[in-house]
Amino acid sequence: MNFDLSEEQRLLRDNVERLLAKTYDFETRRKIAAGPEGFSRAAWARYADMGLLGLPFAEEDGGFGGGPVETMLVMECFGRALPLEPYFATAILSGALLRRAAAAELRATLVPLIGEGKLLLAFAHYEAQSRYLLHSIATTARREGDAYRIDGEKCLVLGGAEADKFLISARLSGATHSRDGIGLFLVDSSTPGLSRRSYRTQDGERAAALSFAALSVPASALICDDAAGAIDAAFDEALAALCAEAVGAMDEALKLTVDYLKTRVQFRVPLGSFQALQHRAADIYVALEQARSMTLFAVMGLSESDPHRRRTAALAAKARINESALFVGEQAVQLHGGIGMTMEYKLGHLFKRLTTIRRLFADTDHCLDQLAESESLLAAP
Amino acid sequence: MDLRFTDEDIAFRRELREFFAANLPEALRRKLEQGGKAEKHELVAWTRILNARGWATPHWPVEWGGTGWSPVQQMIFRDELQQFPAPEPLSFGVSMVAPVIFTFGSEAQKKRFLPRIANLDDWWCQGFSEPGAGSDLASLKTTARRDGDFYIVNGQKTWTTLAQYADWIFVLARTDPSAKKQKGISFLLIDMTTPGVTRRPIQLIDGSVEVNEIFFDDVRVPVENLVGEENKGWDYAKFLLANERNGQARVGLSKARLNRIRQLAAAAPGGGAPMRDNAAFRRKLAWLEIEARALEMTVLRVVCSESDEHGQPNPLSSILKLRGSELQQATTELLMDVVGSFALVDVAEAQPAPPDVEWAHGAAATYFNLRKLSIYGGANEIQRSIIAKSILGL
Ligand SMILES: Cc1cc2nc3c(=O)[nH]c(=O)nc-3n(C[C@H](O)[C@H](O)[C@H](O)COP(=O)(O)OP(=O)(O)OC[C@H]3O[C@@H](n4cnc5c(N)ncnc54)[C@H](O)[C@@H]3O)c2cc1C
Repeated sequence: MNFDLSEEQRLLRDNVERLLAKTYDFETRRKIAAGPEGFSRAAWARYADMGLLGLPFAEEDGGFGGGPVETMLVMECFGRALPLEPYFATAILSGALLRRAAAAELRATLVPLIGEGKLLLAFAHYEAQSRYLLHSIATTARREGDAYRIDGEKCLVLGGAEADKFLISARLSGATHSRDGIGLFLVDSSTPGLSRRSYRTQDGERAAALSFAALSVPASALICDDAAGAIDAAFDEALAALCAEAVGAMDEALKLTVDYLKTRVQFRVPLGSFQALQHRAADIYVALEQARSMTLFAVMGLSESDPHRRRTAALAAKARINESALFVGEQAVQLHGGIGMTMEYKLGHLFKRLTTIRRLFADTDHCLDQLAESESLLAAP
Repeated sequence: MDLRFTDEDIAFRRELREFFAANLPEALRRKLEQGGKAEKHELVAWTRILNARGWATPHWPVEWGGTGWSPVQQMIFRDELQQFPAPEPLSFGVSMVAPVIFTFGSEAQKKRFLPRIANLDDWWCQGFSEPGAGSDLASLKTTARRDGDFYIVNGQKTWTTLAQYADWIFVLARTDPSAKKQKGISFLLIDMTTPGVTRRPIQLIDGSVEVNEIFFDDVRVPVENLVGEENKGWDYAKFLLANERNGQARVGLSKARLNRIRQLAAAAPGGGAPMRDNAAFRRKLAWLEIEARALEMTVLRVVCSESDEHGQPNPLSSILKLRGSELQQATTELLMDVVGSFALVDVAEAQPAPPDVEWAHGAAATYFNLRKLSIYGGANEIQRSIIAKSILGL
């Protein structure tokens, strides 16, 4: 057990931190958000140059062989600066799926493209009825000769507005909630029969609703015909990455709050001299550090060979992060007074991102219910 | 970064469990599991078993009987003791006064006291708090006036835990009445059988007698029982309190209690179905299990950074006392939830316990007793102030 970063890990973190500090301050972010695409192609190219886009992929597939710890470090930096590019959607979530579900030849063609920044991917999975159930898929895929015909609707496809290709989950067989019979298709976004409606989400990022009306894709588009295991694993990785991002955002929110308490003068003294506010700030710190600990727990869980244990760790971490995000976000706004309420100040955006993360993939009640179903979290050493 | 226990760590855990299972009387294990406490003779016997195995004082320097275990192994040892559950060696001796003695004491003090502490030949208690000096400990009034080769100690200590069993007490007393507050305090070791020392027990809200008042009336303490330098006692006290805070996470105890709650919930009547099937209860239990894991990871972060020897104590350690006490208290509340109204029976008054409430035994007493955790060892409000000041710079 060792929490120290290796030399390469430290370098990676410092480089990402420096890059974002130099090219992605809050004002820049505002301009990018107001631009036509809502994210920056130039920034994307810089991530490619730095090797971030290929980071989570194995070297034999053309990636840089980073693991969960490296992803955690990058995501924590992203959480502080809140860049708007679909890094999570492409490299983390879709990337995890590709790694687990795609055959070697396909990985060999796609991974270099992703790594060079030439391919934006999004995972079209979530459906209106799913809530937080990962295998709830009503979209169907029927074999018709040497093609598949896909019908259905997907919503809240993260990074879906700008994606060049989609990974689409669709049911080959079985009932809507069945774990069996989920296929995974790789489909070009310009394919006729696929229509996309893009929108902005509360955190300033972009997503899309997709509908497939007799979308016809060649049989070769089916990259995995039993994808539930890969989907589970991909979401476990995605949860850990989101937890790390939230830790970065909370860390930044605490920093802004402490700075504010030290500098804002009311009643002729800095706000930070009031004990009620000192103790609130201490509670924010505790919530943040417990979240950081659970992020490490989730990362640790990703190395578990037993998928059940991995899942439990990811959900446990997500629950803790959700509750910390709520407390830290709300209290940081409260301690800032009016300035915390404005779009012109970074804090509100951190809060909005934290609020988004809380609702992504698993809310606290869902996590707790899932954990309550399973063997005790304390069962292992 | 390597977020795994090594194979040796895992084997070590197994070795500990096997040793505890082979050497701890099952009746004592059961008693502890149900929230009971070890009697003096039980703790003495168990400490001697550990000491014979060389495990009574893992964190001491090796020359004085430490095991030389890595910080992670020491953490595993505490965790396994608490989860088993087995009694922990008396903290006032091995974790409070002993580190002060082996860090600041004289050679003669080390030779005289340390082996007896390790073997629990001497039972130690902590004489810091006074009626007028709680959170503001430095306002203490007990005096020690030098008179030849003796100090003459006068004053009163209170909340002294388990002093009813104690052979020795370590005391903060004012040796320089003219100096300001923190200055002028010294750290004295006092034999409880010295004439002029008297004790009065105080009953706590769980019904137990766990703390005492101690009165010092012209008590003659040989100068050789001064630790370190005269008037430097506050430094030693701060050192001691920091050690005390570190041991306060006690995640193993929370884990053990949560496991017990899980077991009880399988049978506890929940109105038609066992409590285990109650959705609200299940969420609470799952939440506290998460909290236990979170705190455990924080402990590991602290423990592993200690091993770096960067010098500075990890500021995270102030979280351990705060969250450790809150988590333990939350588990006792959930234990009350699971036993429901059966917790209301005062089992101490109804011996032998009526069979229908036997299984609920200890729930209420534990709940009431553990309110202390957020009060002693630096109350949680004080911990928050420490975090705000020393970590956040407010
Ligand atoms: C069961 C038990 C066992 C104990 N065992 C021992 C022992 O063995 N040896 C020993 O020396 N002592 C012992 N203590 C004493 C313990 O250390 C003190 O109770 C503790 O330091 C608090 O002091 P107090 O009780 O005087 O409360 P007070 O200091 O009067 O505090 C009362 C409340 O006010 C809050 N408060 C105080 N100051 C501030 C501030 N500046 N800002 C905000 N809030 C504040 C406190 O947090 C607390 O909530 C024990 C106490 C208990 C309950």
